[in-house]
Amino acid sequence: MTSLTINGKEYGVDASADMPLLWVIREQCGLTGTKFGCGIAQCGACTVHIDGQPVRSCVTPAISAEGKNITTIEGIALDKNTLHIVQQAWIEEQTPQCGYCQSGQIMSAVALLNENPSPTDEEIDAAMSGNICRCGMYSRIKSAIHRASASLQTSNTL
Amino acid sequence: MKKWTRRAFIGAGVLAGGTLVIGIAIRPGNRSSKVAGLIASEGETVMNIWLKIAPDNTVTAIIPHAEMGQGVHTALAMMLADEMDADWSKVTFQEAPADKEYANFTLLKGFVAGNSTFPKFIDETIDGVFLTAVKTLNFQITGGSASVRFTGQQAMRIAGAAAKSMLMQAAADTWKVPTEELIAQNSIISHPSSKRSATFAELAPAAAKVTIPIQPKLKSPEEFNLMGTSQPRFDIPAKVTGEAKFGMDVQVPGMKYATIKAAPVFGSKVKSVDTKVSSSQPGVKKILNLGDSVAVIADGYWQAKTTLDSLPIEFEATENSGLNQDEIMDRYRKAMDADLADGNLDKHFKDGDATNALEQAATLVEAEYQLPFLAHATMEPMNCTAWVHDGKCEVWCGSQNPLGVKAAAAELLEIDIDMVTVHNQLLGGGFGRRSETDVMKQAILIAKEVDYPVKLIWSREEDTQHDVYREATISRMKAGLDQSGLPIAYTHQFIFKHHPPEAADIPYSIPNQLIQYSSPATFVPWGNWRSVDHSTHGFLTESFIDELAHAAKKDPFAYRKNLTKDNSRFQRVLDLVYEKSNWGSPLPPNWGRGIAIAQSFGSIVAEVAEVEVGIDGKVKVHRVVCAVDPGFAIHPDGFIAQMESGIIYGLAAAMTGEVTIENGAVVQSNFHNYPVTRMNEAPKIETHIINSGNPPGGAGEPSTPVIAPAVTNAIFDATGIRIRQLPISKNDLRASIRPTT
Ligand code: FES
Ligand code: FES
Repeated sequence: MTSLTINGKEYGVDASADMPLLWVIREQCGLTGTKFGCGIAQCGACTVHIDGQPVRSCVTPAISAEGKNITTIEGIALDKNTLHIVQQAWIEEQTPQCGYCQSGQIMSAVALLNENPSPTDEEIDAAMSGNICRCGMYSRIKSAIHRASASLQTSNTL
Repeated sequence: MKKWTRRAFIGAGVLAGGTLVIGIAIRPGNRSSKVAGLIASEGETVMNIWLKIAPDNTVTAIIPHAEMGQGVHTALAMMLADEMDADWSKVTFQEAPADKEYANFTLLKGFVAGNSTFPKFIDETIDGVFLTAVKTLNFQITGGSASVRFTGQQAMRIAGAAAKSMLMQAAADTWKVPTEELIAQNSIISHPSSKRSATFAELAPAAAKVTIPIQPKLKSPEEFNLMGTSQPRFDIPAKVTGEAKFGMDVQVPGMKYATIKAAPVFGSKVKSVDTKVSSSQPGVKKILNLGDSVAVIADGYWQAKTTLDSLPIEFEATENSGLNQDEIMDRYRKAMDADLADGNLDKHFKDGDATNALEQAATLVEAEYQLPFLAHATMEPMNCTAWVHDGKCEVWCGSQNPLGVKAAAAELLEIDIDMVTVHNQLLGGGFGRRSETDVMKQAILIAKEVDYPVKLIWSREEDTQHDVYREATISRMKAGLDQSGLPIAYTHQFIFKHHPPEAADIPYSIPNQLIQYSSPATFVPWGNWRSVDHSTHGFLTESFIDELAHAAKKDPFAYRKNLTKDNSRFQRVLDLVYEKSNWGSPLPPNWGRGIAIAQSFGSIVAEVAEVEVGIDGKVKVHRVVCAVDPGFAIHPDGFIAQMESGIIYGLAAAMTGEVTIENGAVVQSNFHNYPVTRMNEAPKIETHIINSGNPPGGAGEPSTPVIAPAVTNAIFDATGIRIRQLPISKNDLRASIRPTT
């Protein structure tokens, strides 16, 4: 038994040495917001945070995350009724199409804005190009990041 | 047998299931028990198979299409609510069960008859053509850009208008006033002069008894309140919180996981595999030899996958086991040569005497084009959950064709179709791939062997190597120009004609045309790929017309305009893209501008691409201006998103998309060797819509065929190199090899 802390909650899981965090999160913890897209760190659909850093959970052994804070898409809203600023921006820009890539996009965007609250287009490109969107919603993702960045500025100055 | 009448088609409520629901049978043969399944709570009135009204005055649109991100649930509900004058804040939707009542015959017609509109559609329902066709075809597909065009126009709007008219009639009867004095607004019907009013819900029980109108009056565009506005999409909030449930996310109590490896060479069989589960395979429940594939069932995907990867599996060799891509293309060429020599080509279109006219021409232009196989690469890999128990079968999947899944399950298990339940989920991308039933059949065959539910998940590798592919093709085009540079003859020989049948037509007025095709033998499975045959012909036609313009030393925009003079919709779209792209304005060195236009699925799309080709040959698409006449955009913001999506999808294919066969099997396996467009490669896209008032055209597909030629025409403008083989990455575009002008 391995113990993992996901979104502030403890989960006892059964993970072999090589079992990726992705499958533990989805199948054993029942948190299906984190998606499987490629399994080889090519698409970003499985992005979660470990101690605030974005990682590709499909190639991260679950046991390596023991004792660390894992955050998934289900854990970024402040509470049930208050979405994260990035999630709000995503709704305002009507960003998702099929939506399958969007948990990963949002997790990458949150990590980017934590590091760099007002990224330029080029900085967004650099941070987000590991996340594929087959529906091609890149311009909306970019606008949503700028929008979230703008609301961060206003909420910080309040 | 009684006829399927229009009245019954529009339908009314039913009495069933202990819940009071007032009305008459949906159609002869009484389907009430099925329709009763739509009733979620006490007191709801099903007005017809497309909508119901709850006691709290909520209107629910019942929508027979899957949501793959095109916003179809929102757009179709808007069409219904607008005709009904319902209060949008109290409108919701429910995805219809996979039932024949919702089968979309018009979709089929959309594919087969393409651009044509079908004013006669409703008439045909009267003579039973609809019913017969539905019976044989079992269609409830989301594809062919059909949702808004057919279900929306011909079911949702009519259902909404019919319901409103019935509610009005009920109010008029109750209050003993003429219907002309009544006003419907925000789900309330009022009679201003007597200051009486009642909600839809209050009137619903009486309305369900009213005779159903045969010709409910539809609104004209000036009367639209919702259609043409961009309401927030229903499906979005759940997609930012991780709550949205895709096929991949289905959880059924007691469920196990499976993954599969099919014979790498299409059509090959498993020769040997050891299906005994050993103690060194923890969590593994079963290893199955399915004849053409091997599956492993385990406690989790990872155990199943690692076990499958470690299994020594031998596959039988077939006649195709040694076949490579070049040989396939060679065979195609030889088949075309032979068909031409033997006069065996199938005729697509003939007008005048092209062969003779070519001989009279002042200038002859000839080109051979080659396009690769393409995979769909939906973001969500293929998957399906199935549970076979007690003579029943339950299937959970994201499907563009749930009725097809149902029929396939019944056939496979030899059970009655009513014993199959399909729980359709959100689709993580469809693009045509999810209109197939191959994965569902595998899941059912696996689940049949055990007594618990099984979720079958394909690895990305399996998804790439066992897709149904956009056809690779060869195309030979010839045209003759007169002294002034105008085309007087056009011939085109291509291979493989699928759907829609008009895709190889050209929009240009050229006298003397001969368009023919061959259908050589192939073993690579074919499937609908976003925009289907338009994805090839858009590139072919628009590349070649560009070649003609350059051969005639004419501006490619002006040349197209000149040859579409009789088509006012084309003229407007061309003018708009000209203006918005600043066509003709200067560009930096090594930049080029290219134009292309095509009509597909009822929408006309022109795109101008601005491209930079570095001296190292690297292509960067900076900007795409898109002008489109979709007739009428029901949800403009969603429509724009679809245009952008189709452009990025087509761009990925144009730039790097290529599936190649080596030793009979697909070489590419994942995003590292089947690269797709990423954010840093995505151009800025500007979309401009013309609401021309024509019947609504498709949104999800029509922007795709145009992007490849817009980009390659721009590359020609920048470099003087004509790209006749896709993907673009196969072409050497370095400055050192460019022709000097
Ligand atoms: S699933 Fe992890 S990067 Fe694609
Ligand atoms: S929204 Fe469909 S893959 Fe990004």
